[in-house]
Amino acid sequence: MELRFTQADELFRAEVADWLSANLAGEFEKIRYRGGPGDEHHFVEERKAWEQRLAEGGWTCIGWPEAWGGRGASIEQQVIFNEEYARAGGPGRVGHIGETLTGPTLLAFGTEAQKSRYLPGIRAGQELWCQGYSEPGAGSDLSSVRTRAEFDEASGRWRINGQKVWTSLAHESQFVFVLARTNPDEKAHKGLGFFLVPMDQPGITIRPIPQLTGTSEFNEVFFDDAYCDASDIVGEPGDGWKVAMGLLGFERGVSTLGQQMLFQTELDEIVRIAKSNGAAQDPALRQRIAEAHIGLRTLRYNSLRMLSDNADDGSLSRESMIYKLAWSSWHRNLGKLAMDVLGPEAELLEAAPYELSKLQSLFLFTRADTIYGGTNQIQRNIIAERALGMPREPRGEAR
Amino acid sequence: MNFRFSDEQRMIFDTASAFLAEVSDSAATRAAMASDAGFNPDVWQRLCNEMFWQGLLIPEDEGGLELGHVEMVGVLEKAGERLFSAPLYSTVLATTLLLRMPASDTRSALLARILAGEQVAVAHTRGDRDWATGGITASVTQDRVTLKGSSRFVSFGHSAEVLLICAHDNEQQLNVYGLEREHPGLCCERLATMDQTRAMAQLTLSDVTVEPSACLGTDVEHVVEDVLNVARILVAADQVGGAQAALDISVDYVKERQQFGRTIASYQAIKHKAADMMTKVEGARSLLYYAACIADEWRAGYADSATLAEAAAMVSASAGEAYFFNAGTGIQLHGGVGITEEYDIQLYFKRARATESYLGSPADHREHIARLLLDGD
Ligand SMILES: Cc1cc2nc3c(=O)[nH]c(=O)nc-3n(C[C@H](O)[C@H](O)[C@H](O)COP(=O)(O)OP(=O)(O)OC[C@H]3O[C@@H](n4cnc5c(N)ncnc54)[C@H](O)[C@@H]3O)c2cc1C
Repeated sequence: MELRFTQADELFRAEVADWLSANLAGEFEKIRYRGGPGDEHHFVEERKAWEQRLAEGGWTCIGWPEAWGGRGASIEQQVIFNEEYARAGGPGRVGHIGETLTGPTLLAFGTEAQKSRYLPGIRAGQELWCQGYSEPGAGSDLSSVRTRAEFDEASGRWRINGQKVWTSLAHESQFVFVLARTNPDEKAHKGLGFFLVPMDQPGITIRPIPQLTGTSEFNEVFFDDAYCDASDIVGEPGDGWKVAMGLLGFERGVSTLGQQMLFQTELDEIVRIAKSNGAAQDPALRQRIAEAHIGLRTLRYNSLRMLSDNADDGSLSRESMIYKLAWSSWHRNLGKLAMDVLGPEAELLEAAPYELSKLQSLFLFTRADTIYGGTNQIQRNIIAERALGMPREPRGEAR
Repeated sequence: MNFRFSDEQRMIFDTASAFLAEVSDSAATRAAMASDAGFNPDVWQRLCNEMFWQGLLIPEDEGGLELGHVEMVGVLEKAGERLFSAPLYSTVLATTLLLRMPASDTRSALLARILAGEQVAVAHTRGDRDWATGGITASVTQDRVTLKGSSRFVSFGHSAEVLLICAHDNEQQLNVYGLEREHPGLCCERLATMDQTRAMAQLTLSDVTVEPSACLGTDVEHVVEDVLNVARILVAADQVGGAQAALDISVDYVKERQQFGRTIASYQAIKHKAADMMTKVEGARSLLYYAACIADEWRAGYADSATLAEAAAMVSASAGEAYFFNAGTGIQLHGGVGITEEYDIQLYFKRARATESYLGSPADHREHIARLLLDGD
């Protein structure tokens, strides 16, 4: 058990920190700490430019192999990069879906041609991606997607029809990866394909969905005879589920410590307010603030265990199965704690008509944390079934 | 950064599991509970001869294994899983205290006796809600010390050959004295307690006189506080082990039990409770391993008392609540048999309750953290 990073890793940390402090300045000063969850609509153009600056410095996709422009960075180095990025106030990354989801999927399952076509754009911070999984009829039960992909013999391309929903950042993206049914006679996990689809085409319509925050980070995406090339299917028709599930395992917790650093900033702000407005004298709030502190430290050591266990085999450890449930519940409670510490002040907006303060955004948007990426109920099912070996949920007949 | 056990550590824990499976099954625990002393002396001797856990923390030049708190905590976790009833925690607590006293022949002699399998216990508190040190006073004169007062919740005090007594002297300094159990005027009796797997004693001293040489350390209030924070981490290890066992036996039970034509483990209300139990115990375990690393850093002089106290408060709050949640939920998942004497889940439930308020409640530990975060500027 070693809590500290090695000297080599600490040198790497210093290199990251130096680069960030030199570059996250000047024109980019104003985007520090911006564009995170609930704030995605701010400084979008500046953040796109920043993505390219990162790329020029060689700080995008650092975990990718060198052959594809990465640094082949170790898990530890990726963790360190994310920590330093958060510490420096690095803005929300517009390219994160491509870097953490599309890229690793192509590296694992893609053809050489797909890698050559798509990896450089992601690596350069120029081509942004979004995730087309959920549909009106397929949320937690992702395997019931109905969006249809047919091979069109005439054009020699895949033709896609259907609808996706809750598609984050679709309006900023050049590409979407789509889970669609290639064989309508097969149900559930069978007969699916995984497609790489350009967004800018007549067959795709994007409609933003206003959220409880008054902003719209996610969208409806309609496919009416949208097309992608014959070569834009990852794996074979029928492999879609395998590819889609593989993708969920790639992240491996490297961003968790960086994420926790943002959580710490939020908790620090709550502590600061509590000390200034008298909430710090309330015994019940004192208990809850202490509990938040303990909970955040728990997440940290959970992550360290998870990252250490990942080091030698790819299988998901017990710690990683509980992680989503643990952090999302903690963060949602933090949002409510922020409001309770503020008391009546919590109601006052920054400005009319509906400009939220950071803590108000936190309060409202953390309700989504326990929903996206597998709801808390689904997480509990996964823990009970995979970690504790309890029976699987019965399935109803698909309607 | 490598937050995982080494192969050697895993081997120690596997050996511990195997030994405890042999000597501390349900029947053995119940026999120990029913005995006067609350443990089986043969098992204790075997532990001292074959496992040598009593020497785990003792430095090599004193004849011990000189391993760390990470190893100790891992062993105590296994002991907690098995509801192990033996003076292990009490002896480790005494060892930790002795090792912080200035080196002396008296100290070395006591460490040697521990290594040989004798038991030493620590009386450090009156045993009130706040667990403050005290309860016993020392009037010190040139050639003798007179000890007076009482101390409660002395873990395995009734069976210890030697008692380490923390007493405030005329100047309100806290000193530590070593006394033989047979010392005239010293009376140590087992308390009747709800949890019978961790025997506790009450110590009463009526004008006990000792030579000044019985004093192992003077003005050691801060040392004792640090040692009690290590103690909290040791107890948390037991709690994490117990919380894991409460989850495991409950999951085994619900997989077997059928109602409405299916195993009750297939009901989501049951699955989700089990998932919450696992989330709690894994969280507490993560903090436990952190706290064990901090205890090692503290011993080596790299971590200060405040860091140790913070770690102890965090893990005590978390592990105490996880254990109680898991054992309480475990009873619910068992249904009626959870209320019987026969099933072990009730034993975990009682040990969870006892450990949760030992050396401070979760609310006390959180208040400690709150003071760090919120008081002062
Ligand atoms: C902010 C945000 C961003 C998102 N971004 C994307 C994106 O970019 N791309 C994308 O594809 N998707 C995205 N999603 C969609 C997200 O993955 C789904 O919302 C999520 O999987 C839940 O599906 P649903 O909304 O249909 O809810 P439902 O599945 O209808 O769930 C409703 C309720 O029923 C419960 N429930 C459902 N099934 C079970 C069960 N078996 N057992 C117990 N309870 C159950 C759920 O826990 C929930 O409480 C996003 C969602 C949010 C909130």
